[in-house]
Amino acid sequence: MSASATRQRPAAANGVTPEQMETFLHQMMLIRRFEEKAGEMYTKGKIHGFLHLYTGQEACAVGSINVLEERDHIFTHYRDHGHALARGLDPNRVMAELYGKADGVSGGRGGSMHLYDVSKNFHGGYAIVAGHLPLAVGMALATEMRREDAVTMCIFGDGSVAEGEFHESLNLAALWKTPVVFFCENNLYGMGVPLKESLSANIATLAKAYKMPAATINGMDVIEVYREMKKAVAHARKGGGPYFIEAMTYRYRAHSMSDPELYRSKSEIAEYRKRDAIERLKKAMLDSGALDETRYRELEAQVEREVDEAVEFAERSPQPALSTLYDKVYVEAGQ
Amino acid sequence: MAVMTVLEAVRTALGEALDADARTFILGEDVETGGVFRATEGLKARFPGRLIDTPLAESSIVGVSIGAAHYGMRPIAEIQFADFIHSAFDQFVSEASRWSYRTRGESSLPMVVRTPWGGGVHGGQHHSQSIEAYYTHLPGLKVVAPSFPADYRSLLRASVDDPNPVLFLEHKRTYRLIRQEIDGAAAETVIGRSRVTRRGGDLTIYAYGLMLHESLAAAESLSAEGIECTVVDLLTLLPLDVETILETARNTGKVLIVHEDTLTGGFGGEIAALIAEHAFEYLDAPVRRLAAPDIPAMPYAHAMEAFFMPDRDKIATAARELAAY
Ligand SMILES: Cc1ncc(C[n+]2csc(CCOP(=O)(O)OP(=O)(O)O)c2C)c(N)n1
Ligand SMILES: [Mg+2]
Repeated sequence: MSASATRQRPAAANGVTPEQMETFLHQMMLIRRFEEKAGEMYTKGKIHGFLHLYTGQEACAVGSINVLEERDHIFTHYRDHGHALARGLDPNRVMAELYGKADGVSGGRGGSMHLYDVSKNFHGGYAIVAGHLPLAVGMALATEMRREDAVTMCIFGDGSVAEGEFHESLNLAALWKTPVVFFCENNLYGMGVPLKESLSANIATLAKAYKMPAATINGMDVIEVYREMKKAVAHARKGGGPYFIEAMTYRYRAHSMSDPELYRSKSEIAEYRKRDAIERLKKAMLDSGALDETRYRELEAQVEREVDEAVEFAERSPQPALSTLYDKVYVEAGQ
Repeated sequence: MAVMTVLEAVRTALGEALDADARTFILGEDVETGGVFRATEGLKARFPGRLIDTPLAESSIVGVSIGAAHYGMRPIAEIQFADFIHSAFDQFVSEASRWSYRTRGESSLPMVVRTPWGGGVHGGQHHSQSIEAYYTHLPGLKVVAPSFPADYRSLLRASVDDPNPVLFLEHKRTYRLIRQEIDGAAAETVIGRSRVTRRGGDLTIYAYGLMLHESLAAAESLSAEGIECTVVDLLTLLPLDVETILETARNTGKVLIVHEDTLTGGFGGEIAALIAEHAFEYLDAPVRRLAAPDIPAMPYAHAMEAFFMPDRDKIATAARELAAY
């Protein structure tokens, strides 16, 4: 699922090869189907608690995370399934985590909001809004101190911008010139409150006030996201300090599975669905001859299989053993 | 008589408080549309301009409430989940709790911070916490944690009327689970009083929130076995009703303290210490605490969550052992 396989090929006119485009399409379709299935399994009582789906926002994860190298790092918020899948976490183990099973990426301890796979430098989903921003700055500080050539990507929603940690983190990152890409997925709402009722400023303008380059882009166009993220990562990698991307996007589903959605109209949702990122890329690929209907249907069948397999895997996986409950409250000395 | 859930009792009390005093207003995340648990549903239409949606800014939700309360308003703040309150801890510790002391009583802080706490909803590590032990260490603050709908209603009214800052804890698992018949008007309930919910001679169980209900269920089944429990609904954790605690401990000679928070440094330690200090000669068995295991966070997986939470069976087992001592 990583773009690295195609990275060596000559770039197409828009900076993206047809093979990369197919990777993007496949990943976005996988995330879409995975999320729909997760919602279904929640309704069936297989997944509990708080589940935040990512449908509508796929281009943000796919366009940005595919720019990162394996050695780069990711911190994200609780709406994290799409980021995990785009980073190449095993869909089976992600689904198992949503089920709270032993084979889940967090061993069933975390659940939907706390995916974690350090082998992929995926340092977690965090459910305290904005709480992870300083962590990402600290990670980037550490890579600098250790003289590692790595960029840390920090993903969060527009709701984070009002929190104190947002401002403290941007200031510190700019002050110390740490290699962080702040990636704000602006889906216009923090739960049921429209952004314009919770923020007096403009997000990218705030970032610029902390003296870092900031761009507001169409987060429902995966190619645009990819190209901006390339600039951002290049900037951070060559020692330019932090870079801020505000990706304008929209979530199709409710904030979480228990939200009655009293704050927005059906027609607004329909309007954004017309700008769907998957449809947009599909059409561009069909028009340019990079894709035909047969291949598209193959991809559909493939993601269906992948998602079905993830569900079967999660169903089969055992419950975490209660005897492990006390494991790792502390790390042993010397470990 | 009307049957109300905990949630309806909270909503009723909020409406009554807004109605009773023009200085009251509600602020918090998503409160205008009713909030995550629907506690403020319908209030915006009834009280235009008296509900304020805030951005995600918990420290400032509490800080702004302090400023407004200091200057004659009566804010009722909502922190969406108790788990999100930690960034506001500084405001409670450094400002709210010492307000009266610092101003030699010249300024009062008639403010309430309501927040849903506790587990049993598969919320995992960031949506299940018990936070009372941090706050009961702050003299100057009041901490209220009811269990039954009628008490939610009357104690929330009393909290709004209180000239001191009150942290009002609402157990989220009980919101729709626990119902009770409630009279027309809210009863006059006093902050700082506990209630003996059930009398029995063999031992006393102390609890609050969801655990009070689990304790009552355990007491019911133990009664069938011939073990009779007194059950104390603590209701207010700070200031604590020392008199009721000691009276029941002396009467039964055996005590079991139950809470959902982890054991070490949990609130149960305070009750145990009080009883050990002041009722030692009356005790027939060591003080017993039943709490969540000392692990850093409520795990998400169903079985692990169930293991983490004390419940009626675990309470009954502990009580049986104690009775047999
Ligand atoms: C500190 C904190 N406060 C409140 C919440 C409750 N909450 C969870 S998500 C959310 C809205 C966040 O909106 P945004 O950052 O825009 O992300 P989105 O859900 O739109 O992806 C709120 C209020 C929380 N998880 N953490
Ligand atoms: Mg948002």
